[in-house]
Amino acid sequence: MSASDNKNGYEPITSIDAITDGLGSVGYISTREISTAVYLAHNLRKPILIEGPAGVGKTDLAASMARWLDAPLTRLQCYEGLDEGKALYEWKYGKQLLYTQLLKEKLGEVMEGASTLEASFDKLTSFEDLFFSESFLEPRPLLTAMKQSTGSVLLIDEIDKSDEEFEAFLLEVLSDYQVTVPEIGTIRADVPPLVLLTSNNIRELGDALKRRCLHLHIDFPDATREREIVRARVPNVSDDLLKQLVAFVQGLREMDIRKRPSISETVDWARTLILMHANELDEAMVRSTLNVLLKHESDIASVDREILPLARKAAAETNTERLATGYPAAE
Amino acid sequence: MAEQVLTDFIRALRSADVRVSTGEAIDAANAVKLMGYADRTRLSDTLRCVLAKSPAEKATHDRLFDLYFSRKAPETPSPETDDSSEDGDEGGSDMLDLIESGDETQIAMALEQAGEEAGIAEIRFSTQVPYFAQQMMKAMGVERLEGQMMDAFREKTDEGDERAQELIDGRAEMFQRTRDHAQRAFETFGAGATEQFRDEFLSDKRITQLDRRDLDRMRSLVEKMAKRLAVKHSRRRRKKNRGQLDVRKTLRANAGYDGVPFDLAWKQKKRDRPKIIAICDVSGSVAQVVRFFLMLLYSLHDTVPDLRAFAFSGRLEDVGDILETEDFTAAMDRIINQIGMRSTDYGQSLSDLKVDHWQAIDRRATVIILGDGRSNYGDPRVDLLSEMTARAKRTLWLSPEPESMWGSGDSELLRYQAYCDKMVHVMTIKDLERVVDEVLASYN
Repeated sequence: MSASDNKNGYEPITSIDAITDGLGSVGYISTREISTAVYLAHNLRKPILIEGPAGVGKTDLAASMARWLDAPLTRLQCYEGLDEGKALYEWKYGKQLLYTQLLKEKLGEVMEGASTLEASFDKLTSFEDLFFSESFLEPRPLLTAMKQSTGSVLLIDEIDKSDEEFEAFLLEVLSDYQVTVPEIGTIRADVPPLVLLTSNNIRELGDALKRRCLHLHIDFPDATREREIVRARVPNVSDDLLKQLVAFVQGLREMDIRKRPSISETVDWARTLILMHANELDEAMVRSTLNVLLKHESDIASVDREILPLARKAAAETNTERLATGYPAAE
Repeated sequence: MAEQVLTDFIRALRSADVRVSTGEAIDAANAVKLMGYADRTRLSDTLRCVLAKSPAEKATHDRLFDLYFSRKAPETPSPETDDSSEDGDEGGSDMLDLIESGDETQIAMALEQAGEEAGIAEIRFSTQVPYFAQQMMKAMGVERLEGQMMDAFREKTDEGDERAQELIDGRAEMFQRTRDHAQRAFETFGAGATEQFRDEFLSDKRITQLDRRDLDRMRSLVEKMAKRLAVKHSRRRRKKNRGQLDVRKTLRANAGYDGVPFDLAWKQKKRDRPKIIAICDVSGSVAQVVRFFLMLLYSLHDTVPDLRAFAFSGRLEDVGDILETEDFTAAMDRIINQIGMRSTDYGQSLSDLKVDHWQAIDRRATVIILGDGRSNYGDPRVDLLSEMTARAKRTLWLSPEPESMWGSGDSELLRYQAYCDKMVHVMTIKDLERVVDEVLASYN
């Protein structure tokens, strides 16, 4: 598009479909919405804030982007009490000390010729600058991402777990793609990284942060997309089983339970069923493997009575399709 | 021209309470420049990504987008036809006609009728005026008017724009009138004569007099309050971390550096994480106060990870699980209905606490009891309260009854008071905030 694209280390992204295909090639089944958001983020140089329930592939999107673009992925996991020292940079005290020790012996030579106190002081001052230079800087994730000269993917994971102060601190990084180290100055990213923030909505994020980001809400996938995802992750699952197990999980998500099964749990379940040589869902099989999908004892108990009808409904899914073959799919 | 379409759309979004900042408007313009107007789904995807920042906002966006960029493609207006004026005539809404007619009696009648439909006689607080005005607007067909507004925008002719402006002005005028009407209704129904007005006004904010209808707004109010408290107390924690230099720790940490202190260790005051145990009487009139008190505590989840909640009337039960996992309002209703139905017995409830949950009370815990202390002349078991006070860090008692009522009739508050660190009267949610603020401060 614009000339600025050429500054990118990785291949410029030219269309939304290219993103869908590209992500597909590394095993991430994208949607129109997701691809649009990535396309916009890439071209407008804006971070994306991704919200949605746990386990719908928010973090995975960043990892897949990095894999597809062949760009380094920098991940910053947020937690309560995360501060600048852990997120941005720290000084390498040990290395500074080591160099001081080594220089001690050279001190006489260096100071040679400095007759007055003032002159030696000046000489020392020049070393002080040396010690607080980039070679003594321990970059943490944010600085690492800024310093990638070929562009990178920066994932700020679970931003809602960090404190509000940290959120405010992020604003500078996100709006200008630069960080300030007092002793050195401002370090600016040559190629702005593609920034993805994820949130599970543990707390409401500040308006200032939301204003600076594009917003993407990823919800649980519909049956078609979930089938594609499971197919991509578990290639050896049979068509019938795939349809049934996805239909079952989709039915489960509509029930009133504490933790609804996520995509990764569907994938795990598919693997489990294959291990058990299941070709179709049946009640006993479901009952014995339900703990792969549901992680709360109370959920398993409350679902218990619904297993049979749900499994039957899921089984019916393939039967009707079988009857309907030859006709264009109603879906 | 294309920019005009976008600004109008943003205007429509803002009018529907989607907050769009100038920066976001510029982003939207850039994004649209990149994507183009040709593909409608793509345009919708783009705008909802840039402008709508929550599921609720996305829903509003989708509704307005369909309304705005509807069936008719935006690039169809043909200059030679004069259907713009026709449109104006055929689609004239009754609301706008009314305004234009200037017939005051007709307008007043329409307002009355709309007011009746909106149930304006229910109005009790001045803060409800905008709500009722909105309801009246709805009754008078504001949605149709907004549809026409969109149509007019879409024409993209000068007449169309003019028509749209007319409709916007008309809507504003109508809104002012409905507001006035609602305000008057408040003065008649809600406030009454001066003396009564003053009483009502004072009780406005009294928790026990809040309506179910206000629950949503109160909820957001309480959440804001919780956020304020959280920010305040997390900051304080950080400041306290900069203590004095811990020499022993520093030397130990830097032994590897030849004793040159590079990594500094600071003396830290050992500070307990806040732990609050809320014991709430959920019978009768106290229940309403409990609702807001627990709402506040549970909104503080990040700041107070150790939170236990017990509810009682006749017997005491642990309600922490229900409140944490289920929808708060529904959970609270259930608690009040199930636990609050028995006849109140403070002695029995204290002994239930002793038998089942005594280990929860330790020297880190602040126990907050919320209740009127009216125990139906049963044994108040003051001995248990005294034992509890000895175990806990602090014991606070919140009473929804004013001090003058303490100890009257079957109220045991005066006997309990002797064993509490503090006993206060709470009436408004502000009072609740103050109490929680104080409790959190005591952990610093």
